[in-house]
Amino acid sequence: MTQKLIVIGAGMATGRMLEKLVEADADYDITLINGEPRGNYNRIMLSPVLSGDKTYAEIVTHDDAWYSEHNITTRFGTFIAGIDRAAQTVTTDSGDVLPYDRLVFGTGSNPFMIPLPGHDLEGVIAYRDLEDTERMMGLGSDHKCVVIGGGLLGLEAAAGMAARGVDVTVVHIMGHLMERQLDEAAGYLLRKALVDKGITVKCSANSKEILGENGKVRALLLDDGTELPCDLLVMAVGIRPNVKLAQDAGLAVGKGIHVDDQMVTSDENVLAVGECVEHDGAIFGLVAPLYDQASVAAQTLMKTDATFVQKELSTKLKVTGCDLFSAGDFADGDGREDIVFRDPARGVYRRLVIEGNVVIGAVMYGDTADSNWFFGLIKDKTDISEMRETLIFGPAYQGGAPLDPLAAVAALPLDAEICGCNGICKGEIVEAINAGATDLGAIKATTKASASCGTCTGLVEQVLASTLGDDFVIPAAASVCGCTDMTHEDVRRMIKSLKLTSMPAVWQECGWKTSCGCHVCRPALNFYLLADWPLEYQDDPQSRFINERKHANIQKDGTYSVVPRMWGGVTTPGELRAIADAADKYMVPTVKVTGGQRIDLLGVKGEDLPNIWADLNAAGMVSGYAYSKGLRTVKTCVGTDHCRFGTQDSTGLGIKLEKTLHGAWTPHKLKLGVSGCPRNCAEATCKDIGIVCVDSGYQISIGGAAGMDVKETELLVQVETEEDAIAVIKAITQLYRENAKYLDRIYKWMAKVGLEWIKERVEDERDALVERFELSQTIYRHDPWAEHATNKAQSYQPLATLSLEAAE
Amino acid sequence: MSAWIDIAALEDIPARGARVVKTSLGCVAVFRTAADEVFALSNACPHKAGPLSEGIVHGKSVTCPLHNWVISLETGEAQGADEGRVDTYPARVEAGRILLDRSFLNARSAA
Repeated sequence: MTQKLIVIGAGMATGRMLEKLVEADADYDITLINGEPRGNYNRIMLSPVLSGDKTYAEIVTHDDAWYSEHNITTRFGTFIAGIDRAAQTVTTDSGDVLPYDRLVFGTGSNPFMIPLPGHDLEGVIAYRDLEDTERMMGLGSDHKCVVIGGGLLGLEAAAGMAARGVDVTVVHIMGHLMERQLDEAAGYLLRKALVDKGITVKCSANSKEILGENGKVRALLLDDGTELPCDLLVMAVGIRPNVKLAQDAGLAVGKGIHVDDQMVTSDENVLAVGECVEHDGAIFGLVAPLYDQASVAAQTLMKTDATFVQKELSTKLKVTGCDLFSAGDFADGDGREDIVFRDPARGVYRRLVIEGNVVIGAVMYGDTADSNWFFGLIKDKTDISEMRETLIFGPAYQGGAPLDPLAAVAALPLDAEICGCNGICKGEIVEAINAGATDLGAIKATTKASASCGTCTGLVEQVLASTLGDDFVIPAAASVCGCTDMTHEDVRRMIKSLKLTSMPAVWQECGWKTSCGCHVCRPALNFYLLADWPLEYQDDPQSRFINERKHANIQKDGTYSVVPRMWGGVTTPGELRAIADAADKYMVPTVKVTGGQRIDLLGVKGEDLPNIWADLNAAGMVSGYAYSKGLRTVKTCVGTDHCRFGTQDSTGLGIKLEKTLHGAWTPHKLKLGVSGCPRNCAEATCKDIGIVCVDSGYQISIGGAAGMDVKETELLVQVETEEDAIAVIKAITQLYRENAKYLDRIYKWMAKVGLEWIKERVEDERDALVERFELSQTIYRHDPWAEHATNKAQSYQPLATLSLEAAE
Repeated sequence: MSAWIDIAALEDIPARGARVVKTSLGCVAVFRTAADEVFALSNACPHKAGPLSEGIVHGKSVTCPLHNWVISLETGEAQGADEGRVDTYPARVEAGRILLDRSFLNARSAA
């Protein structure tokens, strides 16, 4: 006798199952019930519908004719009121009671809505079905939309709407897009592609509240206070298996509806397939395993043996025309190694994760042509030891040539500025080369590129090499570290000319050979980025040496030294008392006066730092930055206040300078001295910047040192007023930090670019330099001690304290 | 026998960072890499006992803050020309929590 089969849900899995049953001419009287007022369609093609590449009609997989041809009764737009498993009946919301012999759940999943205040306003939608898609399609170029969620679905929604001219902003809580499929570098490339399409992307952004007006969404408010106005807000933050009905019917349910290898639930007459299912602890979102489940369920219904097996999964996606691929495990685990390949010219990134001569994970961006080959290696656990060296280049390159180190420069567009001093772009250099300038000297003579400060020499040589090929041999220059072939100067130019504002951007565009740099390049890059892009780039404490991360100097026994600022070396009895009290309270073993006119508390325990800072803060003192590659001290003499020889107020100028330069990061430490007369009691002429007061004004000299090298400063300029002196010193500090190599003191930088070049710049561009200095200081002129003592004190404590003996 | 104990949430350690766990037998440094792997090592560099937890973490290595020795987080071996190794202990992440194996930490006293 023909049995009755009821299928709840017309999704991709049940659609495939019905096809299998029909093909095999299974002996069932089938009823298909669906809450959406339509039959099976290809849900993953909603994105092309949104972007206008396809119509709804084109993505319908089964139409009315198909159902009637195969005698499937359809009840669309119908919801289930209840299931009586004992009586084997389903009751619909209209009160019809339908008997079944076998029942299949294909209830799919529900979009997860973050319960933000305002999430129930009109105009807040998910991205799940045709109705949602149609809402988005109703927007045009005069509308704004905010998408919460930088995963696949959110980005497809964003790209589809952007293609319709909608002003779209994506808000993502994590640090980079699609963090579950992509690593940081691939996430950077994806973000860049989206930004190129006019989409605004905000990562590390926390949504706080959805703001409305007359019951309709008006804007999204972030927790940093930013308001993003919108006409529609799409939440695409994930899905949850839809288990409500199964739960009400008393079936075993965990994250999803529990099924065995035959797709049978805890009731032998009830099966489940698709996104609503939990099998062996896993839930499913990709289409391939859903189709496998559909076939197994069909065979179980036809009483043939079949077993559902979870397979190694790969994701090959196209997001807004960008090819992405990820497979296997590219994150956790011991004993794993990375092989990274970057081709900045084509925007290609590949990363393979190797464990014991086997590829276990792969991430690819930009070119996924070889993804099947790599996926095969992962699935088959192929031993790759023989082809390790060339593995990353793919199957066509086995035995091929290694990567061209000039790729990054070859990829630069012709309008990329190479020489910042003279405003020379790559195109002008290439023209000069084609016109016969075939060495560095000729390029300097014809274009002036690298003829001023010379820091772009390396890049000019690489342009020569990439244009002339083997006819030009680059003189060897030291690269930043083993992660790159580029020199510091090359990297700085790349950061400026390509406007690279994040570390992953630098790694990608400069072809870094490691996935996340090393202890040599990361501190340098962190400095270059914050010096060039104070507003765009966010300082990364994990890329700083411990002293700058913890705002104290580490000592040989792991304790720290604490040096409060004494502006211009001037203190008060109150401050001294507070220092003495702190020294007593925290049992500081050594209190010493420094060469820079400060008091150093040596031997403070790491855990005590936030407390001693809070105590010193309470007495009005702030961090002395005695640990920084930045402004250290301004040493002064007493000047006209007390000294019978003083010509100007050297102490007052020192205090003003220290207050204005305080917090500024520079390539290396920056020490100043201000002497009130040429007797030079403040020893200003062996400082990085020295000021010697004379009757007629202020002599400002630079490039002194009293360390491994001892150097006397050289005169930069003499000015008449204190105001001019301060402006010149801000300008020279800015010029130094915009141009010098990380860890070059001023004297080393001066030896490379020449005092004359510095003089010209300060004279010609003083106001602009001062302006950029002040802009940066709006971010960095602050007291890190107060900030850490208030907000980060916990991070100075041990993670846990274990008493091991007690457990035994 | 292993005895996993819950130490803290993964988020309590910054990515490419470390924190210490204090024990009566000395500090153990717990590292978190950019890929969210965790490693537990003795917090004393084989060179001059520098606190490795304060070093810069890159890939699966840490650079000692005192004299720039690079130590593998996986093996505890000094990299490059330097020679020496520090003890490593089993560590893993489960459901966003960092777990250490008490039996291995205890075994240190016997060594």
